[in-house]
Amino acid sequence: MSAIHVPDLSLVVLVGISGSGKSTFAARHFGPFETVSSDFCRGMVANDPNDQQATAAAFDLLTDIVSRRLRVGLLTVVDATSLRPEDRAALVRLARENDVLPCAIVLDVPLQTALERHRTRTDRPFDESVLRKQHAQLRKGLSRIGREKFRGVTVLDSDEAIADARIERTPLRSDLRDRTGPFDIIGDVHGCLPELEQLLTELGYRVSADGTGARHPEGRTAVFVGDLVDRGPDSAGVLRLVMGMHAAGDALCVPGNHEAKLVRALDGRNVTLSHGLEATMAQLQRGTEAFRREVRDFADSLVAHLVLDEGRLVVAHAGLKEEFHNRASGRVREFALYGDTTGETDEFGLPVRLDWAADYRGDAMVVYGHVPSPRAEWVNNTLCLDTGCVFGGQLSALRYPEKEIVAVPAQKEWYPPVRPLDSSATGEANRPLRIDDVLGADAVETSRGGRIRVAPERAAAALATMSRFAMPPELLPYLPPTMAPAPTSHEEGYLEHPRTAFGYYAKRGLRVICEEKHMGSRAVALLVRPGAHVTAPAWAPQHTEADTRPGAAPYPDTSAVTEAEADTGGVLSSYVYTRTGRAFFADEEASARFAHGAAVIAEVAGLFDRLDSDWVLLDGEILPWNLKAQGLIDELYRPAAAAGLAETQAVGDALRRAEARGVRVLEREKTPDPTDVASPAASWTREQWEELSAFRAAVERYVDEAGEPQFAVFQVLASAGRTWHEEPHDWHLEVADSLVAAAGRSVSSGLAAHPPATGASATAAGPCTPLFLKTRRVVLDPADATQVEQAVDWWVDLTSSGGEGMVVKPLENSRAGRDPGRVQPGLKVRGKEYLRMIYGPDYDRPERLTGLRSRNLKHKQSLALREYALGLESLDRAVAGEPLHRVHLPVFAVLALESDPVDPRL
Amino acid sequence: MVRHTEAMFFSLTLRTDPAVADPAAADPAAAGTDAVATDAAEVPAAAAADAAAAEAVPTPDARDLGHLLHKHPDRVHEQKLAFGTARVFYPEADHDSCTAALWVEVDPVKLSQLSSFRRDSFSLSGYINDRKWAASSLLAVALRRVFSTAMAGTLTSRPALPRQEFALEATIAAVPAAQPEIAALFEPLGWEVDCDSEPATADTVTPQVTLRGRSTVQALLNQLYVLIPVLDGGKHYWVDESEIDKLLDRAGSWLGSHPQREPIMRRYLAEQRSYVRTARTRLDARVTERSEAAAPRSEGTGTPDSDGEPPTPAPLRARRLAAVLDAIRRLRPRTVVDLGCGEGALLGPLLDDPRMARVLGTDVSPSELERARRRLGLDRMPARKAARLELFQSSLGYVDDRIAGVDVAVLMEVIEHLDPADLTTAETTVFRHAAPDHVVVTTPNSDYNVLYPDLDGMRHPDHRFELSRAGFAAWAERICVEHGYVVDFHDVGDAHPDVGPPTQMAVFSRRFDEALRDDTQTEGAA
Repeated sequence: MSAIHVPDLSLVVLVGISGSGKSTFAARHFGPFETVSSDFCRGMVANDPNDQQATAAAFDLLTDIVSRRLRVGLLTVVDATSLRPEDRAALVRLARENDVLPCAIVLDVPLQTALERHRTRTDRPFDESVLRKQHAQLRKGLSRIGREKFRGVTVLDSDEAIADARIERTPLRSDLRDRTGPFDIIGDVHGCLPELEQLLTELGYRVSADGTGARHPEGRTAVFVGDLVDRGPDSAGVLRLVMGMHAAGDALCVPGNHEAKLVRALDGRNVTLSHGLEATMAQLQRGTEAFRREVRDFADSLVAHLVLDEGRLVVAHAGLKEEFHNRASGRVREFALYGDTTGETDEFGLPVRLDWAADYRGDAMVVYGHVPSPRAEWVNNTLCLDTGCVFGGQLSALRYPEKEIVAVPAQKEWYPPVRPLDSSATGEANRPLRIDDVLGADAVETSRGGRIRVAPERAAAALATMSRFAMPPELLPYLPPTMAPAPTSHEEGYLEHPRTAFGYYAKRGLRVICEEKHMGSRAVALLVRPGAHVTAPAWAPQHTEADTRPGAAPYPDTSAVTEAEADTGGVLSSYVYTRTGRAFFADEEASARFAHGAAVIAEVAGLFDRLDSDWVLLDGEILPWNLKAQGLIDELYRPAAAAGLAETQAVGDALRRAEARGVRVLEREKTPDPTDVASPAASWTREQWEELSAFRAAVERYVDEAGEPQFAVFQVLASAGRTWHEEPHDWHLEVADSLVAAAGRSVSSGLAAHPPATGASATAAGPCTPLFLKTRRVVLDPADATQVEQAVDWWVDLTSSGGEGMVVKPLENSRAGRDPGRVQPGLKVRGKEYLRMIYGPDYDRPERLTGLRSRNLKHKQSLALREYALGLESLDRAVAGEPLHRVHLPVFAVLALESDPVDPRL
Repeated sequence: MVRHTEAMFFSLTLRTDPAVADPAAADPAAAGTDAVATDAAEVPAAAAADAAAAEAVPTPDARDLGHLLHKHPDRVHEQKLAFGTARVFYPEADHDSCTAALWVEVDPVKLSQLSSFRRDSFSLSGYINDRKWAASSLLAVALRRVFSTAMAGTLTSRPALPRQEFALEATIAAVPAAQPEIAALFEPLGWEVDCDSEPATADTVTPQVTLRGRSTVQALLNQLYVLIPVLDGGKHYWVDESEIDKLLDRAGSWLGSHPQREPIMRRYLAEQRSYVRTARTRLDARVTERSEAAAPRSEGTGTPDSDGEPPTPAPLRARRLAAVLDAIRRLRPRTVVDLGCGEGALLGPLLDDPRMARVLGTDVSPSELERARRRLGLDRMPARKAARLELFQSSLGYVDDRIAGVDVAVLMEVIEHLDPADLTTAETTVFRHAAPDHVVVTTPNSDYNVLYPDLDGMRHPDHRFELSRAGFAAWAERICVEHGYVVDFHDVGDAHPDVGPPTQMAVFSRRFDEALRDDTQTEGAA
């Protein structure tokens, strides 16, 4: 008995009357969940597997289960009688809708056998006549079942045949997942034999002298994306070479629309000999009939798409959307050959690419051709390799898995372009992102923090913030994470103290760096080397040649709105943004001046050379505080102090007068100083007044109304092709120092510094303020008592002279700890007076401190770890050249987590 | 035990009346002199005046304030409130001058638990907050809780006393408003207003406000109850319709003729337009009624129903809505999406038109959508009508298949809220991806701004740009070229001969004449 072959993704329809043994058969040959039975579905919807009235509902349920399984690529067996052709047709449709192959297995047992089985069963309370009727129905349809649209029909017409049957699952023809390469994928050749030979040579293949083969000494495999023929000088020669490579196992090939048409022409069908087909036919006519037959059979045998390398690579002539990968149906083939032709064309004239590649979100890389473009450009993990060789462009190949593009120029324009190679769509197709990119994902996979969940309501809040206030996604590769405070201190008079932070890292055996915490506003700056040509997103592969294409702007021209932006010509300028992704400076001119100034100094400091990059992403703090916080100061802090002082005066006055007439409002135990029996009112007032004055002083200390912005950099986040978070923090601060030094030199030489401030501040701030600011730091082993005491003293000095506090970080940065995802990347230890601003004027009263010490840091700490993991994830994805939506998601998630209503004082 | 020092303070001083027979005008001045200087010799005059009352009035004694407030002058009265503790005590309680102090200590923990008080989680404002010190709606609540009897004006033991006018002096500490604002509210009610101020925070906090004048205690407390929250602006609780009753109960007698009545109503009712409208109608009815019987208490301001609204025929907002609806209807669509629907002003009328088979409203703000849901009464809407409506969060910055292929998309006063880069994205998501048959866009005409004398900059703080007529036309033309549309322009509002209409509207229609389909399938581009 030979095996019954079923494609390993298919819909298997069992056909047979009641009692023919379908369920037994299914149980023997398929997994317990692979079979969906109509009796089971009847039972589910009606409590009775024999209830014929429930058939419609049961079939709906069955359809739903089957569709869901097929959609995710699971072979499914339908166990129902499926006796009538129309029953089977419905299942065939279901398979086609899900682009899987339907096949039928008929259990044609003798009626007698079924009747005998029926008599022994107690769970089938229906009459034998039902079986007779079913049998007649089956027999009637059986003769024509071969004409139904199954991929294969097997009729098992005896008990023996059924007992002997063996099922063999066979991969689809497109399924070459076990071929892991390495590959060299080659774009549309269109008969350009000279260029093909040159490209193959460039790729390291040795082309045989007779032009019937080429082999790579390291055993690489060439993969042709189709359209080998038409228009070019020697389609026959190309076919000879590719067919030879194919036959020898040196090449794989998918068909293009031109091969499809060629097969029809060679079959003698009525096709118009145009678009270069006439030349191909003429060339073939000069050859032998045998060669023509060979060509016809070769082209006809090609599978429309190939899934390679464990499913990581898909090759199809016109591309393929994810739901069609490794599927088989007419429309999958149509798509692979002609692209997504249902959508409408837009002004760019390249609907195929825009329609599916822009929406493509799959993990598999899709490499294709079909649409000639000036150059091969990545769009969401897809690459079109048709660079119009035959039209005088280039013949391109992709080295896989190296992701390296190799191209040779056309020797000449072999064929006038059908239309000018449209360039304006390229680079554009990554944008805009799709709403499901951010609202559809309920979690982000990170390499350091695992799967990080984003609650829908947080995502909703983030969408509003992102859309209304943040910069466009292609300018935001990163948002800084929040940072947890050091574990609460129990030292007298302190809520936060360095010792708890040192203790945290000492316990984990980590050396630490204490960095001065500047009282400013968090800022991320993307600096572009002056004069360099960088387009947004800066982290994406940049094209080195000067590029003046009209459509290449980072975001398209908005000249109707702001004429200034039209002049940028697509070149990205340096920019700075806040921790929520907003432009740091409201005033565009101030922004440009600051960011450009910073970039000039970075160039003077040699930073771009040092990082071997035309851009760098820096994390830091911009001072003074009031630059961003003026509103907060004017509407919150100052009125709070003024109101508190006024209130204290009024209440104190009333209390004293009441006290004078013997009415004691303040009970004894509530007076701050129980020994001060003389006047609780007076002492109450005094204490309130002192605290509020200290509060006011704390606020005013950080205000510098005329101050020019200064940037204290503490981390180099990324530059072309790499991140820097694995470098120790002292390396980062050393880079920052080089910027400070260069800024100092620039001030003295008058280069790229702030222009002299006008008016009164000119004398106060000196002629110029350097643009970069130094971050003081101490490196120590937190397990060493002496070093800890010195660092504590350092912190006390820092904070008592007005410093906000410090941040303690593991020196080894993101490599710290055995389990890097679990170690806080930093802990802030804020100064006593700074905390007064946060917790209120009287926070350091012993009884208030006691209450505040019960603050719960767990959530904040968890948030800090999750946001840190997301931050690194977005940077890693960006520099790895991942699609914009993949970079944007973790950035968006940080914003979503930031909308968590955690106590903002932490 | 955690101690809370955040506090609010109010005091009320009642002085025996030296000049009850004198013209009232002389009165505040006398009361305004140093409190201790009050002369006991003047008491008989007051007694003579009071004799005119229906019942026998005992010798006036400032300590009657204790009766009026229902709080004994020699004790400390403590009362727990939802957000803290209120104490009433008397810094002075003499025969000729008696002062009651109300000291409200706010418990920040309890305050933060009043859910509606919580704000933006990004800010510290729930924690460091002038509200805990400044006189706010919290103080008004405390007044009502602590002095409810006095505010009701009932006193069974001495029924005439509450109706009696006295020389009163009220002091409020830390009022979160600037001096002119405070004066504008209290001076029309006959109070002499005295404000301290400190230059650094003069715009945000007035350290001490003193009101002096003649009034019943009841009237004064009710005025404060209404006007303190008005000065504060941000109410700590949600207003609902019962606030209209409260407002009219407390302020019905004077609000109608108060020159600031519109702002008072708006701010008291937390800018809820429909509530303000109801309040205005009811107030007008009341004033008309009353003005037939007697003149209002304060200086009459003529016909009360003419003030308030500016004399424009219909607000621009309404005209814009009508124009957009009109434009939509002319296009005879079956499906319409209002992109940036806000609280749903456009959705209601669209739903009322049964020809609209699907009405979609999107907004990027979840809270706006919630407001739209409430405003449209989605919970009470008949199922068949509700089934035609889809409200969901979306952003013009992202391609959203849910809005694809509708007949008409509306961008009413939306584009000017987008940064230029975001506008470019929105053009793509709307015109290329959603690709409706028609797009209706309205936006302010910046040419017209010269006609707003007080306008400095743009019409709304969130506007990222405003387009001139030429700028708008250029923008629209570019859209047409890039995305295959044709456009018509319309004026909204009365057009000025030189600067055009206040609002400009463009109606885009997709061009079907040029078959833009690419037939790569049949012939193959490559």
